[in-house]
Amino acid sequence: MNNIFVFCEIEDNNIVADVSLELLTKGKTLANELNCKLEAVVLGNNLNGIEKQIFPYGVDVLHVADEPRLFPYLTLPFASIITSLFEQEKPQIVIFGASTIGRDLAPRIASYMRCGLTADCTSLVVGNHTENRTGKEYKNLLYQIRPAFGGNILATIINPETRPQIATVREGVMKKEIFALDYKGIIKNIDVTKYIKDEDFLVRIIERHIEPKKVNIKNANIIVSGGYGVGSKENFKLLYELAEILGAEVGGSRAAVDAGYIEHERQIGQTGVTVRPKLYIACGISGQIQHRAGMFESSLIISINSDKNAPINNIADYAIIGDINEVIPKIIKYYKQNSK
Amino acid sequence: MRGLKIIVLAKQVPDTHNVGKDAMKADGTVNRAALPAIFNPEDLNALEQALKLKEKYEGTTITILTMGPPRAAEIIREAMYRGADNGYLITDRKFAGSDTLATSYALSLAVKKLKPFDIVICGRQAIDGDTAQVGPQVGEKVNIPQITYAEEILSFENEELIVKRRLERGIEIVAGKLPLLITVNSSAPACRNRNAKLLMKYKHAKTVSELQETTEDYIQLTKDRPYLKIEEWSVADLNAKDEWLGLSGSPTKVKKIENVVFKTKESKILSTSDNEIESLMKELIENHTIG
Repeated sequence: MNNIFVFCEIEDNNIVADVSLELLTKGKTLANELNCKLEAVVLGNNLNGIEKQIFPYGVDVLHVADEPRLFPYLTLPFASIITSLFEQEKPQIVIFGASTIGRDLAPRIASYMRCGLTADCTSLVVGNHTENRTGKEYKNLLYQIRPAFGGNILATIINPETRPQIATVREGVMKKEIFALDYKGIIKNIDVTKYIKDEDFLVRIIERHIEPKKVNIKNANIIVSGGYGVGSKENFKLLYELAEILGAEVGGSRAAVDAGYIEHERQIGQTGVTVRPKLYIACGISGQIQHRAGMFESSLIISINSDKNAPINNIADYAIIGDINEVIPKIIKYYKQNSK
Repeated sequence: MRGLKIIVLAKQVPDTHNVGKDAMKADGTVNRAALPAIFNPEDLNALEQALKLKEKYEGTTITILTMGPPRAAEIIREAMYRGADNGYLITDRKFAGSDTLATSYALSLAVKKLKPFDIVICGRQAIDGDTAQVGPQVGEKVNIPQITYAEEILSFENEELIVKRRLERGIEIVAGKLPLLITVNSSAPACRNRNAKLLMKYKHAKTVSELQETTEDYIQLTKDRPYLKIEEWSVADLNAKDEWLGLSGSPTKVKKIENVVFKTKESKILSTSDNEIESLMKELIENHTIG
């Protein structure tokens, strides 16, 4: 009872989403600190063997709902099953990936259970709290830390009174780490028919075109990233050329994505992916706070920007002041000349 | 095909995407007064979807519902200039400090009061919070299904809406039985501009509080032209439970606010000269950062 639960999202081919595995790692740390168990819940179709992907992250109990109608994801049946499970198991903390599924599902559950939900947390830690007004003390609350107000401030949110404390976290924010390859948890099968009703299927999927994950920007060693200052989709080709030569991935800022220069999947920053590469080359990126939050942990940052005062330069190790169309070809030239 | 009764949930928000230098106070808190108040961008995308349905299905009506301080009536007028038929402002000091749960509770009571309806539609999220929670939470409280991340409402047939959703790595076409809650992405078409005729028609549309401040005989004015009256609802009008509103109705509490500070580095400034770029490349190759 009162354990930590992580919702495990299933992708096509019954692969557990990376973001869920990252959250299991975080959940394990929190469970150890709070001296409780880590539980996971997974819903889908033909889930036989799914535990092999999940137990190594230190999961003690895995709740499985396996039924043909549970893939692809639909809001209402998922919400019905999971709220019933939570009402029964009374978790103290629940974490969802801040994916399109997690952000669709978690609010529905939090609303039904009348409990607090914090979206897009960038950090989750355990802490105490004393209510100033009443002097009441709360032990071991989940501090849900998230950027607010367009990323300009960082807010620590707590839910003193309601349980579970629910948070969503974006992909890449937490680090995924196997806990023990031979970790043995137990499986509990959910009797799906007990919890879902016909009204849960008032929305049905007619067509679905989901592309397999093409880019793995999160795990790239080197990232060449472009912002609005790149100027056009055409100009991004130069970035791809540099990335090709360096063995890098190409990323972009929100402004570049909004302008249609680059696809959303490659967006780096608070509303995209968080990255920590060995080398980050920021091309024509001014460095809005939302963007810096998603890449400032890079080991080495090179900025190429014609504006000397661009905020990105404050966190860059090297700031090349100039036009990318002049600088990138020179980088390519001198890299080729000097590498073996 | 019948007309649809559509409620658009809209929010007036500080323009957090254009935060200027004076927007942050010296103590690291936000100076709201320095930020212009705008129509939440994705709520405009939602309004456009509603307007398209109104063009397609005769008899469709669009009601704007917003919660906020008295000046939020501005966005109701903005929606009327684009084709909305009427609007409701829910405003009360008791709403102050509401988190998404308390907000969706208040909005859901107003939505229920506007029954019957076919569609409740809003932006995916508001730019001052980026939580994307209020839409689904209103859906849950009104007890209707939801379709989030909508990019386009394709059609209405057999009491079902056919909707295209934009997901992380693709699209989904779904059919949902009315009534439905829909949240719309920024990838949906932008909202049309104000219409000059509608601007003339509705520029004097006001809430009762606003009318009381004018010198005109407002009772006569709204009697002659009832469409100029923007309804205002308070907690009492909604029969809301006080303890579910505002701070007391909000399970999430803000423990601490910090200014986001990144450790600034002593950056090395380089020019575009061949020399400097070549020596940088040599250095990166030597220390195995690249190559």
